[in-house]
Amino acid sequence: MSDLAARRVRPAEAPAEPWHDNYLTAEQGILSWLTTTDHKRIALLYMASLLAFFIIGGFAAVMMRLELFTPAQDVMTADAYNRMFTLHGTVMVWFFLVPSIPNTLGNFLLPLMIGARDLAFPRVNLASWYLFNGAGLLLLLSLLLGGVDTGWTFYTPFSTMFSNGYVLLAALAVVLVGFSSIMTGLNFIATVHLLRAPGMYWFRLPLLVWAIYATSIVIVLATPVLTASLLLIVAERGFGLPVFDPAHGGDPLLFQHLFWFYSHPAVYIMILPSFGVISEIVTCFARRRIFGYTFMIYAILWIAVIGFLVWGHHMFVSGQSLFASLVFSFLSFVIAVPSAIKVFNWSFTLYRGQITFEAPMLYALGFIGLFTLGGLTGLFLASVPIDIHVTDTYFVVAHFHFIMVGGAVTALYGGLSFWWPKITGRLYPEGWARFAAVLMFFGFIFTFFPMFIMGYAGMPRRYGAYPPEFQIWHVMSSSGAVLLAAAYLLPMGYLTLSLFRGARATDDPWAATGLEWRTSSPPPRHNFRRMPVVDEGPYLYHPESEGPHHTEREPHENQGRGA
Amino acid sequence: MNSGGEALREPWESLRRQREAAGFGMWLFLNSEALLFGALIAAFFATRFYHPQAFEAAGKEAEIVYGTVNTLVLLTSSLTMAVASFATRAELRRVSFWSLGLTLALGLVFLGLKIMEWRSDLEKGMVPGPGFPMEQPGAVLFWGFYWALTPLHALHLIGGLSTVGFLTWQAARGARPLRSPAFEAAGLYWHLIDVVWIFLYPLIYLQGRASS
Amino acid sequence: MSGVAFWPAEASSVAGRVDVIVIALLVISTAIVLLVGGLILGFSIRYRRGSSARRGELPEFIQKEVEVGWIAGTLFLALFLFGWASITVLTAEQQKADALEVHIEARQWMWKARHPNGAREINTLHLPLGEPVQLLMQSQDVIHSFFVPAFREKQDVLPGRTTQISLTPTKEGRFPLYCAEYCGTLHSRMGGEVVVMKPEDYIRWRAAQPQEDDQSKEGEALFRTVGCSGCHAPASPVHAPDLTGLYGRMVNLADGRTVRADEAYLRDSILQPRRDIAAGYAPIMPTFAGILREDELQKILAYLMSLRQEGGS
Repeated sequence: MSDLAARRVRPAEAPAEPWHDNYLTAEQGILSWLTTTDHKRIALLYMASLLAFFIIGGFAAVMMRLELFTPAQDVMTADAYNRMFTLHGTVMVWFFLVPSIPNTLGNFLLPLMIGARDLAFPRVNLASWYLFNGAGLLLLLSLLLGGVDTGWTFYTPFSTMFSNGYVLLAALAVVLVGFSSIMTGLNFIATVHLLRAPGMYWFRLPLLVWAIYATSIVIVLATPVLTASLLLIVAERGFGLPVFDPAHGGDPLLFQHLFWFYSHPAVYIMILPSFGVISEIVTCFARRRIFGYTFMIYAILWIAVIGFLVWGHHMFVSGQSLFASLVFSFLSFVIAVPSAIKVFNWSFTLYRGQITFEAPMLYALGFIGLFTLGGLTGLFLASVPIDIHVTDTYFVVAHFHFIMVGGAVTALYGGLSFWWPKITGRLYPEGWARFAAVLMFFGFIFTFFPMFIMGYAGMPRRYGAYPPEFQIWHVMSSSGAVLLAAAYLLPMGYLTLSLFRGARATDDPWAATGLEWRTSSPPPRHNFRRMPVVDEGPYLYHPESEGPHHTEREPHENQGRGA
Repeated sequence: MNSGGEALREPWESLRRQREAAGFGMWLFLNSEALLFGALIAAFFATRFYHPQAFEAAGKEAEIVYGTVNTLVLLTSSLTMAVASFATRAELRRVSFWSLGLTLALGLVFLGLKIMEWRSDLEKGMVPGPGFPMEQPGAVLFWGFYWALTPLHALHLIGGLSTVGFLTWQAARGARPLRSPAFEAAGLYWHLIDVVWIFLYPLIYLQGRASS
Repeated sequence: MSGVAFWPAEASSVAGRVDVIVIALLVISTAIVLLVGGLILGFSIRYRRGSSARRGELPEFIQKEVEVGWIAGTLFLALFLFGWASITVLTAEQQKADALEVHIEARQWMWKARHPNGAREINTLHLPLGEPVQLLMQSQDVIHSFFVPAFREKQDVLPGRTTQISLTPTKEGRFPLYCAEYCGTLHSRMGGEVVVMKPEDYIRWRAAQPQEDDQSKEGEALFRTVGCSGCHAPASPVHAPDLTGLYGRMVNLADGRTVRADEAYLRDSILQPRRDIAAGYAPIMPTFAGILREDELQKILAYLMSLRQEGGS
């Protein structure tokens, strides 16, 4: 009886909190942050950690671009360069991109968007943050001791028998950060399953929730395979147990299969959440319902499932059989379709809209452009004969940076500027933000587009020194990197400034429709003063059978309803 | 329905959901664990594919007596753990503590036998490296996997023992109600350790002995 | 090779076919970028806030037919591209029986090549124009990758396993050779060039190289000391195949298959003697894996392959 009652009758008042009280002011002192189980505070803790790793990884990138300015190996030694790109890859993939949107925006927004007070396992959430930092410290330790020179891919037998870096420490760090991401992933899945507000059916969930849900499933199922492959490396390198060693009849390609079984889905771990963010932003600033809501959901699920079956396209030249390569090639072409659906649907969400171009929207439009370019170059790589030529060249480097940086990082900045007023209760200077968004788009193109050309011309990746005929492209790329770095640093400046100088934000500054905009900015400790009840799907920017007016902002409707 | 002294915690609004969550979360985690061991076992199979005879010969050197007794011990512990799950849920105090205690004891017996088995392996020199006694190429790979998989499984068992031990201690002190869903979740985890072993047992001990 | 690298030379029979797909894909991609860019820009301008364009409900037609059409269109395009690319790779260079076999050995951080007459070179590879070539490659240490952009060919070179590239050079000249799989400190220096020359020039060049058959001499000595000759020497009492002239011949196997005794077969027969048993012989040979080091194995192989020349001439 008590169950039923508790479920039906949402308490009219959460524990009494005065109006001005919010999650930031609910408790004071550094200890209250370090022991918090509030998903919003943990999201901010993650933001701080990720910022640190973004800066470390970015520093490595700057050093690399500096070295590549001239063909000769002149800024640093060959070993130092190899350590730089390993550091860049390891930090950026596992300590920045994989957790970027899920652990910051996702952590903050997921309970708010589904009308819950917190994640299902608040203490697990905090534990995952500590584990993340512990893993990060291990990685930094390996860096301070002298670094790792295997590349982020840890290919055997180089990593097990030839490398003279601190491979064990780095592998252990990645295993631990993997556990942290599994903890977050299962927390998100359980939250979406068990804590949706009354009436928040599956097909009423905002697309960001769907995207993070699908991402979490991929995290939970793929990460342990990475753990397995790295544990085998630890066994072979640390304990002398031959597993991949060809001298004993072991198969070094086995490691690649295990590694890419995780690391290809990992690409979707990085990009799926940004799909969600872009869907939220585009609908809000086009003032239209999302075009093809169910298509968007199925596209996300399609990508999440097929993403597990395409790992072999990283291995077309590794010596795997041609037949296997063709199967993987086929599936890689098939997975292009859902991405095309998403791009098309975002474009058509603009159709008959009432579009304005605030900073988040500029980021979102930039994202669509960069993601389209990144996706189309994926078609080149999915074709076996072209991939044979361009794999392990700068073409691949350009391709995955378009997806993971042009896509995921742009979406992160877009999402951050979209939800910043909700997170902090402050508004940032709109002009600067628009400038940064435009600069980021052009800086990115300038940095990474030349890499396609030099890659096709034959410039191999992971080269600290290179033939002079590639120099012009590297110079363009390095110059573009300056713009890009400025575009990444600029928001850190004006966002920080807005904390002190920014105008107070209203509860719903963008007139958006999600449940998170119903509560105050910043939200109270337990998210809602009145727990919401949901009667309709997301994105109620206009009545079902109409569109927005010409000039007036349609009196949009929030998805949720108070008691 | 009596809540049995359980408190409703953030972020839950119903006790039933709160109970459900422990099991659901554990199932998700078990999926993850299954893929961890699945990947390792797949790697084992892939390597075995290249060296079927060597793997069979190497498997014949594994200590089948320890392996078989341990299988029985672990299967029995799963039974007692299952009893514990039901007993705690029904708040049968005596049965609960007996079955939890037996589970812990059987887990420790497994570990003890495992350590004896490893000692015997070491005495026979079945450690990859110089002085490894088997000549077929590939045999050493079998033992490479052996020394990677069995300690990893034992680590999981130690994790299970600590969890069950901790929960039992809490319950004995009265700090945790017997009805707590944690017992059921711990039980699920325990069964996974058992299931993993059921896959490892034929791979390690039986494959070389099937035909001859 | 100064100036700006823009489009690599087409110097193999497959290069042109790859470039055709690339150009087609570039055209398709440009069209899609223009379409998506046009839609976004067009909609952004036409439906900006305050414009007088008509709003209202979306036409049914766009929600159903256009969406489904777009999905079907992209799926069809993807399948078409897959088919085209797959046919190209399936009909690319087949391994030819009379191909010129060149052995490539990769190690940190150099490429070594050995030509059929025993001529050797380091970080350079001379190839005859217009003749099918088969590169048989193996690594001494870590994974490397043999990459010649002008050939549009790349193949990882693995330790403990032979991988190969079959190609026909179609253009004279010097083309850069790179290692494309990260292999340690001097990965970026592990390169050289491929020199494609007229067949007669190639023969001349090859003959002018110091004949280096130490390898097979040493291999012959090993053949005796390791114990191969105990069974495989013609006078041996053990019933074992005579290896003279074996290399390059077709061999009938006990299970009815027929294979060509190329280097990979010889290697496998030494390391995994029970895998391919020659017809009419008992599987009594022990494996030499773990007994022979890789360089010793190379020497014995060189010796076995040199037996063809003696037997053939």
